[in-house]
Amino acid sequence: MPPTQTVLTAKAQEIRRHIMIMLERAGTGHSAGALGMADVFTSLYFDLLKHDPNNPTWHERDSVILSNGHICPVLYATLATAGYFSPDMLQTLRKFGSPLQGHPHLGKLPGVENSSGPLGQGLSLATGIAYGLKYDNATNHVYCLMSDGEHQEGQVWESYLFAAKYNLHNLTVMIDRNQIQIEGFTEDVLPLESLHNKIASFNWHVLEIDGHDHQAIADAVHEAKEYDLQPTAIICHTTPGKGVAFMEGRPEWHGKPPNTAEAQEALQQLRMSTGNHWRE
Amino acid sequence: MNNTLGKSTRDGFSDSMVELGQVHQNLFALSADLTESVRLTAFEKHFPDRCIQVGVAEQQLAGVAAGLALAGKIPVAASYAAFQPSNSWGVIRTSIALQNLNVKLIGAHAGLATGPDGATHQALEDIALMRVLPNFVVLQPADYTEAIEAMRAAIAHRGPVYLRTSKVEVPNLQFLHPFELGKIRTLQQGSDITIIGTGAVFSEILEANEQLLKRNISARILNCSTIKPLDEATILQAARETAGLITVEDHQVTGGMGSAVAEVLAATTIGKPCIRLGAQDRFGESGNQAELYQKYGLSSKAILETANRILAKG
Repeated sequence: MPPTQTVLTAKAQEIRRHIMIMLERAGTGHSAGALGMADVFTSLYFDLLKHDPNNPTWHERDSVILSNGHICPVLYATLATAGYFSPDMLQTLRKFGSPLQGHPHLGKLPGVENSSGPLGQGLSLATGIAYGLKYDNATNHVYCLMSDGEHQEGQVWESYLFAAKYNLHNLTVMIDRNQIQIEGFTEDVLPLESLHNKIASFNWHVLEIDGHDHQAIADAVHEAKEYDLQPTAIICHTTPGKGVAFMEGRPEWHGKPPNTAEAQEALQQLRMSTGNHWRE
Repeated sequence: MNNTLGKSTRDGFSDSMVELGQVHQNLFALSADLTESVRLTAFEKHFPDRCIQVGVAEQQLAGVAAGLALAGKIPVAASYAAFQPSNSWGVIRTSIALQNLNVKLIGAHAGLATGPDGATHQALEDIALMRVLPNFVVLQPADYTEAIEAMRAAIAHRGPVYLRTSKVEVPNLQFLHPFELGKIRTLQQGSDITIIGTGAVFSEILEANEQLLKRNISARILNCSTIKPLDEATILQAARETAGLITVEDHQVTGGMGSAVAEVLAATTIGKPCIRLGAQDRFGESGNQAELYQKYGLSSKAILETANRILAKG
């Protein structure tokens, strides 16, 4: 039985709560993208992925390659919530000696599948993994989570060409189309539209969904897994800073943590919107 | 020692890949539109399903190799040393070195020895770029046989390796010891002066040695095929037992093998000179290997002059 929408929404809010607390404690880090992708991460780890938090290197697991490593607070909070490690560890984010590095580091933390930070590299890694799995006739699926801004990197398009050539349909790209990057809106910094048509013209199957709608995320991922004529990219339209009104849609929250007062306000807003499902 | 030319290091690489492909079923070759000239054609013929063509895309070449390593394969990704690592260094740094993945990168057609193609294609900085990356082993075989031995060692080693080949014919060298990863190999024992070479420069070193022998000068001739990790003990022993060191490489003297040797000496109180021959902070140009080695100070003549200078002061 797949989890209900209510359960997934509550999980996502719990993950957002962790994100706000850990970023406030760290005093440094990226808020907007992490909050914006909480629903996609929740759907993956609590509904769609083949994985085992008690056996992070399980041979049959699906791989999640996070290409835009700077949104790792959402990865860490999701992994902790899923049981990969104790949520207490989240408070060590970005601190000296912590396995929760400022950007994800392979081998430091259970469930982290790759090191990333410099943008544009994750899809190359994901294509290599998908190629190897396909060669072995393995059924594991590879998910590559990317930002929209990193599509300004040329390497990304080398990867799209490669995946199409070898029809790596065991690879699904999920793009956080939140319209922002460090210096402003993507369409001002270096326009990406029509992102859909660009990727489709690279011989990919492209879907567009509301990245906060768990049913839409599930439907798209199921379709991507079943479709075997091309690899699939799912453009997930999200609101950066989702769930915290004063962060929503504002590029200045790309690379900034909340201060103590802002974190309290954020938690209050998340609590109000979650109602009876709020977990402290 | 015989200075007649034998096969190139890229041909050694080619033959080693066929041998290693038979031993390791998870060995993959990756090419970026240079399959023939980097010498992966034989591998492709034997193992077409383990040959991956990424097109003219060096960043993807490095990234796919990293992904294959994560999937449990042993990827060997080859391009010209002028393109890999230069075009893909950031990917090599984060996706391969930082993750400490079992990826083997081949930089072919290295150095001035590449010849007529000119400066754009003469990688003179690749060793510096790779030597500075933690976790990487950096190899440069000096002849056909050593290329095979170095490739065997590269595949046996679990972790990232950069191996530099050249396209020119080079003499078959006779060493006093078998190849071992991390060890400098001695070609000739000597007590007056030490010449340390790496790669395609041994024609010049052997010719210089002929001249030195005629003048009763006993040169210790060493081959530094493992540039990282460096065999510090052999370097220090040579520094103690001879008047000084001359390093010879088809690479910028800054950041190359000579720099690595000088760094070892600088941390000691031995106080012997270390004169580095190679490109002196300038780009190459079109010409043949002999012409370019002459102009860029890598010739037997330059080696002799340097030896004279060191011995005159001793």
